Amino acid sequence: MNAITRIFALLKKDLLLELRQQYTFYGVLLYIASTVFVLYLAIQQPETDVWNGLFWMIQLFICVNAVAKSFLQESRGRMLYFYTIAGPGNFIIAKLLYNLIIMLIMSLVSLGLFILMIGNPLINFFHFLGIVSLGSVSLSLVFTMLAAIAAKAQQQASLMAIMGFPIIIPQLLLLMRISKAGFGETFKETALSDMIWLLSGLDLLVIIMAIILFPFLWKD
Amino acid sequence: MKLSWWKLLCIVLLSYVLLGGLLMDVPRKAILNETIRNIYYHVPMWFGMMVLCGISVYHSIRFLRKPDMLSDIKATSYAATGMLYGALGIITGAIWAKYTWGKPWSNDIKQVGAAIALLIYAAYFVLRNSITDIDKRARVGAVYNIFAFAMLLPALWIIPRMMESLHPGGMGNPGADPRDMDARMRLIFWPAAVPGFIILGIWISSLTVRIRKIEDKNLLHV
Repeated sequence: MNAITRIFALLKKDLLLELRQQYTFYGVLLYIASTVFVLYLAIQQPETDVWNGLFWMIQLFICVNAVAKSFLQESRGRMLYFYTIAGPGNFIIAKLLYNLIIMLIMSLVSLGLFILMIGNPLINFFHFLGIVSLGSVSLSLVFTMLAAIAAKAQQQASLMAIMGFPIIIPQLLLLMRISKAGFGETFKETALSDMIWLLSGLDLLVIIMAIILFPFLWKD
Repeated sequence: MKLSWWKLLCIVLLSYVLLGGLLMDVPRKAILNETIRNIYYHVPMWFGMMVLCGISVYHSIRFLRKPDMLSDIKATSYAATGMLYGALGIITGAIWAKYTWGKPWSNDIKQVGAAIALLIYAAYFVLRNSITDIDKRARVGAVYNIFAFAMLLPALWIIPRMMESLHPGGMGNPGADPRDMDARMRLIFWPAAVPGFIILGIWISSLTVRIRKIEDKNLLHV
């Protein structure tokens, strides 16, 4: 088997597990629904800036919740098994892809719920949709790597927040900034594409770092 | 007491920065006035922090290539001194900002970047403390150190160039703005203040490394 088939085999295994157990998916879905409902009860229809800020903060917490358990469910023995048949590089790529898919779905669901319950301030819906997809990719990549690190330490969830929030702030700031394109703000001619390129570059950087660094985490 | 040449150089440079920085003439600028002297002490903190954190990452990479507890001790010592420099940089900046921008903290993008850097290194030490196994702690710590540093660089070097800032040189060079310094000031800043504080940081770190070497003698097998 070459690398790509291995990666897809691992990805398929994760997705199948998800489809059979449906624990994370519905768990996080319920998390999104209840959070957005509480927000609706608290603030109903906020201003655009508040909407934007809340949306991205909720994305952040959804991501922590959705990604945190991705390395927990693998027991030591199973990790060793994957290590021998697939190698750490393939394993982390499969995990990155899996979390990316989950996070993409969750982001789109939460966008739908936000528009349904907290109002729709979006003028340029498809711009914002693109930005949300880019944002969910960025968030899921960074937090997958952090989950891999946190899996090696005790107090998983809290550690992920401690390690992750400072690292993700720059990306979140950029995302909140470019989100304003969805609210009808116009940018200087190159500013928007510059920031999108920077975010994509950061995503690429995270993928490369994950592939290089994960083998060192894996060894025990 | 015998000091090696670079320690003597550090003492000479920093004495010059202290005396020259406080006594020599500076250009009179609106709002800034005499506070412009802070540039000798505030800006080198960031140069120092970047260099020290860079050295820390270098030792983390060395640890991953060849596991050796000494590399781990060096990585943490340099990171700790880097954090100290970062904290001093924020404090000197906040004092300066209070008199020139009107308030110590104005959510300027570079202030946010500095705060992010401090949070990241604080998280590095929390992560290390949460792992009890010494080898695993060193390895996981090294991975996080490298990953966090790689994510921090764009935050400190690219994003400030894209966003509006109160700091000089926004949308251009986010470091020292050459327009604010005249020839006399540059004579202190570049040859003395920047290298002086960097060497001081290396000196402090080398002392903590030596203390840790004595404390962890039984771990090092030397």
